Amino acid sequence: MSAPARLLDLRGVGKSFGGLRVISNLDMHVDEAEIVSVIGPNGAGKTTLFNLVTGIFRPDEGDIVLDGRSIVGLEPHQITNRGVARTFQTLRLFLNMTVKENVMAAQYGRTRSTVVEAMLRLPRARREEREIARLAEEKLAFFGSRLMGYRWDQPAYSLSYANRRRLEIARAMATTPRILLLDEPAAGMNPAETHEITELIGKLRSEAGHTILVIEHDMHVVEGISDRVVALDHGEKIAEGTFDEVATNERVVEAYLGPRHTRKK
Amino acid sequence: MVDLPSPADRPDEPRVGTDEWVASHGERTARRTGVTGFIARVWDRLPPFGRLAVFVVPTAFLPFLMSEENLTRYALYTLFYALMGLGLNVVVGYAGLLDLGYIAFVGFGAYGYGILASPQFGNHFQAELAIPAVAIATAVLGLLVGLPSRRLVGDYLAIVTLFFGQAFVVFVNNANRIDFPHFGHVDLTGGANGLSDIYPPNFFGYEINSTRRYFYFVLAAFALVLTALYFANESRTGRAWRALREDPLAAETMTVPVNRLKLLAFAFGAGLAGFTGAIYGSFQTGAFPGDYDVGLLITIYAVVILGGTGSLAGVALGAIIINCAPELLRSEHNASLLFYGVILLTILGKVRPWRVLGVFLGGLVAFGFAVHAIADAAWPRLTAAHAHSTGFLKGPIEDWVLLPRHPVKIADYGYVILIAAILLVTRLDGWRRLVALVPTVYLGAFVWENLLITQTAGATRLILLGALLVALMNARPQGLLGTARVEIV
Repeated sequence: MSAPARLLDLRGVGKSFGGLRVISNLDMHVDEAEIVSVIGPNGAGKTTLFNLVTGIFRPDEGDIVLDGRSIVGLEPHQITNRGVARTFQTLRLFLNMTVKENVMAAQYGRTRSTVVEAMLRLPRARREEREIARLAEEKLAFFGSRLMGYRWDQPAYSLSYANRRRLEIARAMATTPRILLLDEPAAGMNPAETHEITELIGKLRSEAGHTILVIEHDMHVVEGISDRVVALDHGEKIAEGTFDEVATNERVVEAYLGPRHTRKK
Repeated sequence: MVDLPSPADRPDEPRVGTDEWVASHGERTARRTGVTGFIARVWDRLPPFGRLAVFVVPTAFLPFLMSEENLTRYALYTLFYALMGLGLNVVVGYAGLLDLGYIAFVGFGAYGYGILASPQFGNHFQAELAIPAVAIATAVLGLLVGLPSRRLVGDYLAIVTLFFGQAFVVFVNNANRIDFPHFGHVDLTGGANGLSDIYPPNFFGYEINSTRRYFYFVLAAFALVLTALYFANESRTGRAWRALREDPLAAETMTVPVNRLKLLAFAFGAGLAGFTGAIYGSFQTGAFPGDYDVGLLITIYAVVILGGTGSLAGVALGAIIINCAPELLRSEHNASLLFYGVILLTILGKVRPWRVLGVFLGGLVAFGFAVHAIADAAWPRLTAAHAHSTGFLKGPIEDWVLLPRHPVKIADYGYVILIAAILLVTRLDGWRRLVALVPTVYLGAFVWENLLITQTAGATRLILLGALLVALMNARPQGLLGTARVEIV
């Protein structure tokens, strides 16, 4: 059996803020068509990891490789154009734009027509505009009826919390990414919505064909979706493997519950 | 268009962003009733070109209804303000950059056109060449100013551009004695005297040399720019501008090169400013340093903010109000109409229910007649003078308001008492406020008729304008046609 292609590869990545080491010597990888979960207590460096991969921060050491090419030093929009899209833990939608415009705005890097072409309504601008609208509708249709119909032309701030999370995923999908980085997609959701998100992440791979790296606190979600789980604590990888392996790992239990609980055993 | 976030004095409505508010959003937008609701619904349904026609078609008939002087004062300056506002709207409204050097670009356009078509250098280029050349040169200048400031955000950008704007004024004031190594002295801008005798624009031999021709030329330019900006706003670039205004970090991670687009917006706005400046300079047949100073900058900002930042139709509406209101208020009759009209409308709009409103208005009228009758009987000198107002207002006012023969001192005292009374009214609640409001409104009318109306050309005009702006700000904080911005995490 040949080894599956490594899509995203972090090699010895480290990052400090002042004297605080947030990520140290981290090696991890995500293979093509894989769903990998990152878990860890608060402050373990999970969101920093996403910020490093998407180019918002630059790693102090190590290399981040996407499909064989290093993406360290690129601007965030260039990295997204290479195929890394993300959602945010604290939602960052374009609140005063409409639902459809949110998804259309994310296609900037995919299209080429200039503002002069748009003002003169030249053929390329009109054709691209049609394509942008069609792709946006297609991505919104992925979420069933929730983001369809009259909701297209409503401002994003009129959406409920759960729908805002869905819209953020749709917006990330509109950049036509190779790998989707989801930062706590089930945060703040009720049990029914959490269940729905679990199914949705599965569909993102099986139907939309995305590779997914996800940060999640809800262990039911992690158990339900992950091929592989990576556990972080204080910026270091403390365990890696299937959900069952990681969940019973001594260091992981210690990180979550404190050393007292492991000593009893 | 969206309803306002619920004002603080209506606690029974859900707060913006709460779940109940979100759930009732669709219902609330469908509920818009009354005249404003009807207009809003019709406006929403109009296609873009229909909206443009609403402005342009009636405007095109103005030259047949107005004298040349009024056409210049009301229509042409409104169109110039609107054109300048459209450029600023790209920078401030779409991209959200606080550009305080904007007017310098308008000035650069005017001077640039003056250099290409005035006796200063003996040039006389055709307008179809000169105006685009000036617009492009101004856009390049905008690019150069924007390049070093592209990392600057928010308040810092404001300081840097304000500095640029002031530097421009100083430069054109002094650029009449530049020493070049080989050419010797060059008088580039005419210094404090400015460039004069700029030629009227000449398109392929057709000269724009009368007020009426200027009017149609500027109207066409306005319609053209408005249409182009509409398409620009609906394009990928326009969406990217609005996205980076909403959240630069999210825009950057969603494939939008934020710095490059900020720079583009800055240069684009500057190019539009240069285009407008070239036409404006030729219309004024001159370019003078004082014209492109902070005063005009504030006026154009007022146009954009009043109309609703980010709204194209709002810019047009803002320009109409900002230009025409001060002109109309020069006449005592118009000023009186506005004064009494605003008071009456405020009372009609704010006093509820209808029964209380009826009692209040009846009480106000009766109070005035009673005071007038008592004064008439006891001290006839207090009612001896004639009203300044003319027309249908004259009769009622002379029977209702006290008009002393020598009003100067008593009106001054009345003014001071009026301010105290207004402060008192704002501190009271419920029926006490209504009772206190009756003499306050009467005192207001007294001060107006005896003091303020005599100065409509000067201070009063500005007081009224200020009051009008405060009233509009309270009624629609997002600007007349602006959309309420909502920020919820």
